[in-house]
Amino acid sequence: MKCRKCNTNAVINMRHHKLALCGEHYGEWFLAQTDRAIEKYKMFTRAERVLVAVSGGKDSLSLWDALLRLGYQADGLYIGLGINDPAPYSDVSLDKTRAFLDFRFQVSDFGSARSEEDQLRNPQSAIQNFSPTLYVVDVPETYGKTIPQIAQEKNRGHGKPCSSCGLTKRYVMNRLALEKGYTVLATGHNLDDEAAVLFQNTLRWQTQYLARQSPTLPASREGLVKKVKPFVRFYERETATYALVRAIDYVYDECPHAIGNLTNFYKTLLNQLESNSPGAKLSFYLEFLRARGEGVFEGFNREETLHACEVCDQPTTAPGRCAFCRMWEVGSVVQ
Amino acid sequence: MPITFRDKTYEVKPGITARDAIKKIGMEPEAVLVIVNGKLVTDDVVLRDGDQVKLVAVVSGG
Repeated sequence: MKCRKCNTNAVINMRHHKLALCGEHYGEWFLAQTDRAIEKYKMFTRAERVLVAVSGGKDSLSLWDALLRLGYQADGLYIGLGINDPAPYSDVSLDKTRAFLDFRFQVSDFGSARSEEDQLRNPQSAIQNFSPTLYVVDVPETYGKTIPQIAQEKNRGHGKPCSSCGLTKRYVMNRLALEKGYTVLATGHNLDDEAAVLFQNTLRWQTQYLARQSPTLPASREGLVKKVKPFVRFYERETATYALVRAIDYVYDECPHAIGNLTNFYKTLLNQLESNSPGAKLSFYLEFLRARGEGVFEGFNREETLHACEVCDQPTTAPGRCAFCRMWEVGSVVQ
Repeated sequence: MPITFRDKTYEVKPGITARDAIKKIGMEPEAVLVIVNGKLVTDDVVLRDGDQVKLVAVVSGG
C-alpha cells in the first residue's frame, strides 16, 4: 500500500479514515491531529504549563513527544509504583522514561522538528527556550510500601492492585500538579481506552460515569486540577505507530497486573467489531461525545459536595480523611 | 516461515498477506503492528520466504 501523499510505502493504513501514510507524512498528520484535538476540546494553550503523566509506555511518551514538538510547555511526572516482581516492570519503565528525555535532547531532536512546526504555524521560540522537567515520585520511598503490598495489606481490589494503583496515581498526579503550579494535567488515554470504558459503563448503564466521561475535565472545583486527554481521537495502533516512527523506546510489555483484566477484554471485543466494520470504535465514541454534548446525560451528572481532607487538605467526597489517606494511613507530603 | 510475537514463534506458509497470517495464528489484526525485515509495514504486504517478520502488540502498559 502506498502513501496517499507521496506514493512511497505506507507504514499505516487507517481504514476508518480511508488513509494510508508513510512514516514522514504520518508523523505530520499525527501532530496536526493532536493540535486539532487540543483546540477542539479547549484543553490548553501554549501559554499554559502542562504536566504530562508519563509511564514509559507508548501513549504517554508519544504524548510528551508530540506536545514538545508542537511547542507546548510540557513537563513530565513519573510515578514509581514498585511493581518489580516477578519482573522489574517499574524499574524498566522509569529507565525508558529517563532515556526518552535524555535521548531527545542529546540528539537535538527538537531542532530537526522545526520544519514541521513551521508548517503547523507554531512559534519556534517556545520550543527553543523550553527545557522540560521530569518529576519522579517513588511510591515505596515516599509512602513506605509498594502498590502490590498496600493492595494486599488493605485487601482492596479483589486480589488485584489496580484499584489501589488508580487511587494512588490520581492523588499524586493531582497533588503534584497543584503544588507545582500546573494548570493542566494531560494523560495519554487513547480512543481504545475511552471506548472500552464507555462500553463497560454502557453495559452496566452507569449513567453517572457516562455523564462524566470527557476528553476535558475542567478544574471546576478548588483543589482539582484540569485533566485532559489529547489522544482521545487516536486508535491505540495509531499511537503505537507514532512511537515506532519516532523511534521512541517504550515499554512493550503490559503491566503484569493488567494482563487479562476486563478493560483488555472489552478492547478485544471492540477490535473484533472494528475488524469487520472499520470505524466502529471511532463512531461509537464520537457519537457518544456528540450525544453528551447535546445534554443527553446532563441530568445524571450529580454535583457532589466536596470537603477538605483533614490530613492532607485534598478534596474528598466524605468528611474526615480522604480515601488516599485512609488507605495509606498517612498524611505525608509528596516530595 | 517464522513470525515472532513477544517470546513466541509461529510458523506460516509464505505467499499470504500479513493480515491473513495474523488471522491464521489466531490473533486480531487490529491488535498488532507488523514489522518486516526491520521496517514497519501495512498488513496487506505479502510475506515472502526468508522475510523476518515480527508482530508488535498495540496494547502495552497498564
